[in-house]
Amino acid sequence: MDLEAKRHRISITVNGIGFDAEVEARLLLSDFLRHQLGLTGTHVGCEHGVCGACTVLLEGQAVRSCLLFAVQVDGLRLTTVEGLASGEGSESLHPLQKAFWDCHGLQCGFCTPGILLTLLPYLEENPTPSEGQLREVLSGNLCRCTGYQKVVDAALAASRTLSGAEGSELEGPSGGSETVA
Amino acid sequence: MSTRYFGKSVRRNEDPRLLTGRALFVDDLQLPGMLHLAFLRSDFAHARIHSIDYSEALGLPGVVAAFDAAALGEYWKPGPLLVPPPPVEGAVFSARTQVPLARGKVRHQGEPIVVVVAESRYLAEDALDSIIVEMESLPAAVDLEEALAPGAPLIHEDLDSNLAAHVTQRKGDFDSAAKNADLVVGRRFLYDRGASAAIENRGIVAHWDERAQHLTVWDTTQAPIPIRNGLAGLLGLSESQVRVIAPFIGGGFGPKIMMFYPEEVVAPWIAMRLKRPVKWIEDRQENFFATTQERGQVHDSELAVTREGQILGVKDVFLHDNGAYNPYGLTVPINSQCTLLGPYRVPHYHSEFRAVFTNKTIVTPVRGAGRQHGVFVMERLLDLAARELGLDRAEIRRRNLLRPDEFPHNHQIIFQDFAPLTYDSGNYEPCLDKALEMIDYHRFVSQEQPQLRSQGKCVGVGVVCYVEGTGIGPYEGARVTVEPDGGVSLATGVGTQGQGHFTVFAQIVAEALGVEVHKVRVVTGDTGAFHWGTGTFASRGAVVAGSACHAAVLEVRRKILRLASGILEVSEEDLELADGAVRVKGVPGSALGLGELALKANPLRGAVAPGTEPGLEATAYFGPSSGSTANGVHAMIVEVDAETLMVKIQRYVVVHDCGRVINPLILEGQIEGGVAHGIGNAFYEQLIYDGEGQLLNGSFMDYLLPTSTDVPRIESGHLETPSPLNPLGVKGAGEAGAIPVGALFAQALEDALSPEGVEILEIPLSPNRLFELLEEARSR
Amino acid sequence: MKPAPFEYHAPETLEEALELLARFGEEATLLAGGQSLVPTMNFRLAQPAVLVDLNRVQELFYLEPGEGGSLRIGAMTRQVTVERSSLVRERSPLLFQTMPCIAHPQIRNRGTIGGSLAHADPSAELPAVLAALEGRLLLQGPQGQRWVDTREFYTGMFATDRQPDELLREVEIPAWPASSGWDFQELARRHGDYALVGVAAVVGLDSNRRCRRARLTYLSVGDGVVEGRRAAESLQGRVCNGEQLAEAARLAAHEDVDPLEDMHASVAYKRRLVEVLTGRALANAVARAREGSAPG
Repeated sequence: MDLEAKRHRISITVNGIGFDAEVEARLLLSDFLRHQLGLTGTHVGCEHGVCGACTVLLEGQAVRSCLLFAVQVDGLRLTTVEGLASGEGSESLHPLQKAFWDCHGLQCGFCTPGILLTLLPYLEENPTPSEGQLREVLSGNLCRCTGYQKVVDAALAASRTLSGAEGSELEGPSGGSETVA
Repeated sequence: MSTRYFGKSVRRNEDPRLLTGRALFVDDLQLPGMLHLAFLRSDFAHARIHSIDYSEALGLPGVVAAFDAAALGEYWKPGPLLVPPPPVEGAVFSARTQVPLARGKVRHQGEPIVVVVAESRYLAEDALDSIIVEMESLPAAVDLEEALAPGAPLIHEDLDSNLAAHVTQRKGDFDSAAKNADLVVGRRFLYDRGASAAIENRGIVAHWDERAQHLTVWDTTQAPIPIRNGLAGLLGLSESQVRVIAPFIGGGFGPKIMMFYPEEVVAPWIAMRLKRPVKWIEDRQENFFATTQERGQVHDSELAVTREGQILGVKDVFLHDNGAYNPYGLTVPINSQCTLLGPYRVPHYHSEFRAVFTNKTIVTPVRGAGRQHGVFVMERLLDLAARELGLDRAEIRRRNLLRPDEFPHNHQIIFQDFAPLTYDSGNYEPCLDKALEMIDYHRFVSQEQPQLRSQGKCVGVGVVCYVEGTGIGPYEGARVTVEPDGGVSLATGVGTQGQGHFTVFAQIVAEALGVEVHKVRVVTGDTGAFHWGTGTFASRGAVVAGSACHAAVLEVRRKILRLASGILEVSEEDLELADGAVRVKGVPGSALGLGELALKANPLRGAVAPGTEPGLEATAYFGPSSGSTANGVHAMIVEVDAETLMVKIQRYVVVHDCGRVINPLILEGQIEGGVAHGIGNAFYEQLIYDGEGQLLNGSFMDYLLPTSTDVPRIESGHLETPSPLNPLGVKGAGEAGAIPVGALFAQALEDALSPEGVEILEIPLSPNRLFELLEEARSR
Repeated sequence: MKPAPFEYHAPETLEEALELLARFGEEATLLAGGQSLVPTMNFRLAQPAVLVDLNRVQELFYLEPGEGGSLRIGAMTRQVTVERSSLVRERSPLLFQTMPCIAHPQIRNRGTIGGSLAHADPSAELPAVLAALEGRLLLQGPQGQRWVDTREFYTGMFATDRQPDELLREVEIPAWPASSGWDFQELARRHGDYALVGVAAVVGLDSNRRCRRARLTYLSVGDGVVEGRRAAESLQGRVCNGEQLAEAARLAAHEDVDPLEDMHASVAYKRRLVEVLTGRALANAVARAREGSAPG
């Protein structure tokens, strides 16, 4: 079919890095990020906009990347989970990531990137949310492993760090240290 | 015993990779020249296939090949019977296992008929539309009783009926017990199907290296070693020619241990045939049809008690929905049968089930694996008896709990591991007491509830007990190696799906070697790293693989001490392991780093004493004589909006005893996740099939997983009754949270609605169903 | 689940968009936020030949005060913009109250006002709320533009009066009626799901605190927006006491709506919910009207 031959040139910025690419119009943004750019941290759980695993930031706002075509984001800025940490080592984790580590806010970790990217802009705008507010903002991200409790705990811990209510070190249940109960 | 790492809430080793998006999941693989598969699946639940024509598909852009059952040639054959039936006297069992691609007829909606291979998944899906399959729709067997009725549509036409199995287990004599009873209560109970719904769907990547004559398969499986062994056999390769890797898996919950899924059989064959890597990633829509499910059972049950509420006997006759094939044998109904007995003394038991083929997706264990049903039936019967006898619900349970001096307790029936159902250890009453205390049961019942009711509020409390047979055999293994850099490598065969194996196994090793937990690099689920074992199921990872890790590391520790004793010229008793080194007790300056020692254990030149094994490495295996029995009590307070029947969980308490705890934080996570899964099963999730076997809600829009606003904060308490059956004293915990939730919902909601006289005998529930039950009760 | 191929156009002006619609006619599907369309494309239930993406048509993104206290919302205005707008809170408190009830934040970040209204899903909140507000819609075609009342705009399930060569340009919400109270109530199985039943209520009181006029509109109980006419009429000129509101709720449930059974709710249960939610919505609306509180 002719349609399939038609490709569109796009230029986008992902995690601060510019990319030029050619895409077929129907290519979902989630597939583009994962398979064309190799940014496989964005996960795909349902491809109908319910599970939230594929959440990324588009111009700073959380959106489902399975409900966008790559061609639509031409000229725009995206952030994926790969863009959160400042470097490679575990010491360079973003405070939000660190809170999830400290509080056991993940199990299989498949839904986690979407959860992080849902929370990131929310916590920037709402630095001191209540548990109820966090549960509401997280209600569009399905997790089958955790029962959400430690996800919520991690989000609360992160909000305390990010809002400066506590020192730069997060207080996890293990006191932020690896070995002490 | 004082420990440094064992029993501590250590942060997980695997998390930094997962949190930064660098963990490898199957769909993350991108191999040069890789092709993509899409399956044409049956729209019908039951139909005869007259002809298949995919010639047009072959001419479409990007399509490389397509295959149906006939094109698979001799490779086509039904899958293995993964779990043979246990040796119960008089048991009837007919195995009919799933096939790679449907031939002649389809037996459930979504059964694959044709596979298309194309340059992209998009193109492969495009081609599906052009395939013409002439099919003749047949009446479907959907309802369990109707499926067994004479004249029902036959799913496997070589059988006389849709009966897949008939098993009776007896202990004592229920009938005479019932005659002597002061009260016999009986009801019919229903428990319907749900999906496991891991957020990651299934997937497989297969790569045949023609020059090395080696097949590598990445698979979202909970059991990579059996998959490797099975694939080698099917493909005519030696086991060493096949490597199966289960990398990070986005949730398992049972169905990812099924063997073989059609796609698992077809993908490697295509990779070998086309000599190109192939990938198949299940999408969510497929997952609702193609991934196994669980839970349809209908029970007719009776409980005989004295007027003091003492259990004399239970009779339970039930139907179990197999779905269209039964590769997993009888594990699920046997679990129902055995778990029903719970933490109670039951002198007489008659349990009989019929497993039934239906035109629905295959049933295999899903978190809980049939245990839910047993707990539901027993707990509901106790509630009914308590009501009839005017006894408190907690009290009737207390009167029947097994006492600590009754362990080990042999129930005299056969469990899923083919051994007699024997509880290894337990201390049940303190568990019940703690749960009652945490939820303040007596105050709620005597003060709060009457007060709230007088304000027009509809509130109820529930408290249910359960046991879970965990940590069954046959065995697992582990290899521990001290590396020259001072780190420790640990390899084990079980796959991991988020349970924290990279950490809890590391804790066991770190404890014994005195290294930090993060220095222990764990590899799970890669047959290239370890190739003996069975898999992750039945809440057995920590018990069985954990014990193997323990055995292996103790051997390594012995090697370290032996070698260091020679080098430092002191006796082994005078040595200690700490800070990644071995040293003379009280002489920190004598420390010899484990890495250095590892180098010395592997000399490049010179001579060694005859019989010397190189390296600081050991492999060990562990096979428990039988499973260890965990137990717990869940309690909940609910409020029902009397007008809308919407339900709000006010409090949820779990008290759990799974023996010694390796990592409390991870254990809590397992429990909380299990409870959420149970809440889904009890109140949100139901696979709704119509009379033709068509699934009506196969999407996340209509199949309702509980969200963060539906799952309450769970308050947990722990008791530790060590298991005598393994050196760590641990019992499994992975499924526990999910098991009693249905029974708890039923009891608490019934209590909340008790002024209306509603009786709840089924799961799942919903506001709509509560409305109907209420209307029925009012019209009585 | 990958969408079928389609031809893609992303016009940058309204004029270009209209030209594309004129050229492709019924073959073209408009892509707004895509939060309903793309899932159906991923399931291949929708396979449009041509997709005209409106996300670059800057002329359609606005939210501004209209004349005499009204509110004008460009069709491509994101739902999140409306949700956070102080102007909306001031001028249309009912709409403001409803916005957070729509799906989840990630959906509202992308979803648009016009997209949701034009999609005409009987379970969507916005059509019912716009009807309760007596809003109107501006359709732009090659021959010019026309205003359509909400009531006339919806012609059935997923069906509207929009012609294939037209696009929805703007929504106008009239000035908030004086001495009026409002409420939106919905019940869903889970937060953010399509509602089992939802109702929007606007109640105006006269100086004697009698009901001057009432409007009730429902979602998820029929082919489209369903109006609670008899219930509303029953309140006309009455003092809105508990008994009166209960009667209105009963009329709504048993005479105004004719719901269909779905997998989550039977007809009887839906009627029950209509009755309960109507009672609650009316009570809140009357209370707000009595407070005489200006919206905001």
